[in-house]
Amino acid sequence: MLKIRRVEERVQALYPEGDMRCPTHFSIGQEAVAAGICRNLRREDYVISAHRSHAHYIGKGGNLRAMFAELYGKVDGCASGKGGSMHLIDLSVNFLGCVPIVGSTIPIGVGAAFGAMLQDRAAVTVIFFGDAATETGVFHESVNFAAVHHLPVLFVCENNLYSVNTPLDVRQPGNRTIAELARGHGIRTSQHDGQLVETVAAAADVIASMRDNGGPALLEFMTYRWLEHCGPLGDLHLGYRSQEEFDAWSARCPIRLYRKVLEDDGMIDEAAHVAMDAEIAAEIDDAVAFARKSPFPERTELSRHMFA
Amino acid sequence: MINRQLKFSEAIHEAIDICLERDRSTYLMGLGVPDAIGVFGTTKGLQEKHGKKRVFDMPVAENAMSGVALGSCLVGMRPIMTHMRLEFAMTAMDQICNQAAKWHYMFGGQSKVPLTIRMLVGRGWGQGPQHSQSLHAWFAHIPGLKVVMPSTPYDAKGLLIASIEDDNPVIFFEHRWLHNIHGPVPEGHYTVPLGQPRLVTEGGDVTIVAASYATLESIKAARELEREGIKAEIIDLRTLVPRDDAAILASVHKTGRLVVVDQGTLTGGFAGEIVARVTEQAFGALKAAPIRVALPDIPTPTTRALSNYYYPTPRHIVAAVHRTLGMTSDDARDDPWAGIEPGDKTLDVPDKSFTGPF
Repeated sequence: MLKIRRVEERVQALYPEGDMRCPTHFSIGQEAVAAGICRNLRREDYVISAHRSHAHYIGKGGNLRAMFAELYGKVDGCASGKGGSMHLIDLSVNFLGCVPIVGSTIPIGVGAAFGAMLQDRAAVTVIFFGDAATETGVFHESVNFAAVHHLPVLFVCENNLYSVNTPLDVRQPGNRTIAELARGHGIRTSQHDGQLVETVAAAADVIASMRDNGGPALLEFMTYRWLEHCGPLGDLHLGYRSQEEFDAWSARCPIRLYRKVLEDDGMIDEAAHVAMDAEIAAEIDDAVAFARKSPFPERTELSRHMFA
Repeated sequence: MINRQLKFSEAIHEAIDICLERDRSTYLMGLGVPDAIGVFGTTKGLQEKHGKKRVFDMPVAENAMSGVALGSCLVGMRPIMTHMRLEFAMTAMDQICNQAAKWHYMFGGQSKVPLTIRMLVGRGWGQGPQHSQSLHAWFAHIPGLKVVMPSTPYDAKGLLIASIEDDNPVIFFEHRWLHNIHGPVPEGHYTVPLGQPRLVTEGGDVTIVAASYATLESIKAARELEREGIKAEIIDLRTLVPRDDAAILASVHKTGRLVVVDQGTLTGGFAGEIVARVTEQAFGALKAAPIRVALPDIPTPTTRALSNYYYPTPRHIVAAVHRTLGMTSDDARDDPWAGIEPGDKTLDVPDKSFTGPF
């Protein structure tokens, strides 16, 4: 969780230099969901995500050098520079990819689970998406199919209350939650605090049940994005959300909250925290240096990979 | 000589059957696939033979199911999707055009999407505005998709096997009026490589380029032209993407005249693309302006009183050839609509002379 935060803070710091030239959606403030879910996953489990994907990529163990190289558009990027921030992939850890069309990866994740089922392989598939994705038709089509085939798919909704700058209450009715909406498809669903990583990590039970033919489930986590929809800056000046709301949510920083839990339990002290931070900083330094040194793709790469 | 004759629909059935037999990662899904009719016979009995896990029906959710097919490709499957009408797949444009078409490229070649999507194009008996569109030009416009349009049973089988075995998303067009034609089809596994046009007839006076059902109409037109002493060279594209234009260019260098027959609408259509390519690359060889014979830019009407004046006929192809040859076009013989009655039922069903062998 701390690594996710520190990586994004570094991207945030470097982005204004203008060398990372791709639309970039930060997860700062929302890290607990990715961290809490992914700690329960195995390498053979699949993860697929959407436009706000850095946290999920890192959470599943995606290669950091390849991620930074991808943001810089370099040939050593995880998608050879052809994808950018919105198209991260690391097949070595079964992170299948991500795309910025809202809702699009939901059926693709279900398809991965379906394919694994056809091959009689046991693997859980986690699909990360935001609150707005549940407004698409393809979300419902996909949940329905997962329910029909009793697939081991965990739908993880990060409800951060906004779709770009549009609040939830003009997009969905206030008299039901997303978890309640999805329950109509006949799958297990529940809503949770997304700022407490230990609460998120309690998804372990649901994931374990899926390994035992428990069928699909949807977990809705209430969380909050600190930065603008796309880019490294704040956006309170736009006026679509209030300072009070922002303050209330940012006071519930998932990292500070969990650090306190660990400190209260005597699991970590200041020195350990500093050491952890230093270790992460060194890894990020290495990844950034690697990415900057990596060459741009040759011109011949333009038409390469058109067809397999 | 191949003695065995199969219907086009039987050739499709056989291709799918062979692919299911040969490769355990291949599966077939689509609305109505396992029912008693079996998509006009093309999937009949396949579930009984290959099992419910590999041949199955699906929810009426074309967009998600296209994504499911794509997702299964990412873990090693090789799906075949079937849409009884192309229009049903239009709800899945995001998955087909944004995702399947680009997945291999945008992730730097790491994943592949060996997905074949059969799209059936309807015509006649009042199919109307939403059961009859041939939108091959749309798909050809999306980099990353292959577009296949057979016109004979032989090619239907060979191209479908090649499409299923291809490691990329392939949009496979089947015109409903081709399903009942017959022709020679070898037994067992064979492929027709994607990207090679077929020389249907040789001739030195005019080049006619067509694909799918338009090829049959071109053949009928060529027979009429032959009676007038005009020899047409017909090239059946077979695949729009990939495509090798060498045969078309060589033919135009020989004939100096080009007519492109397209079962889609005119504006932005594929006929325009062929005309543009030839004009760019063989302008000096052209003795006359190329002509497109295509559907008007109008939705398909349901009543035959209007659809009889909507679909160009072989006589329109003949008239187009006459124009490229500078022959008079204002006599009655060259008015292609002359003599067509609004209540005529023969234009509403496949031409009886089109049954084959092809």
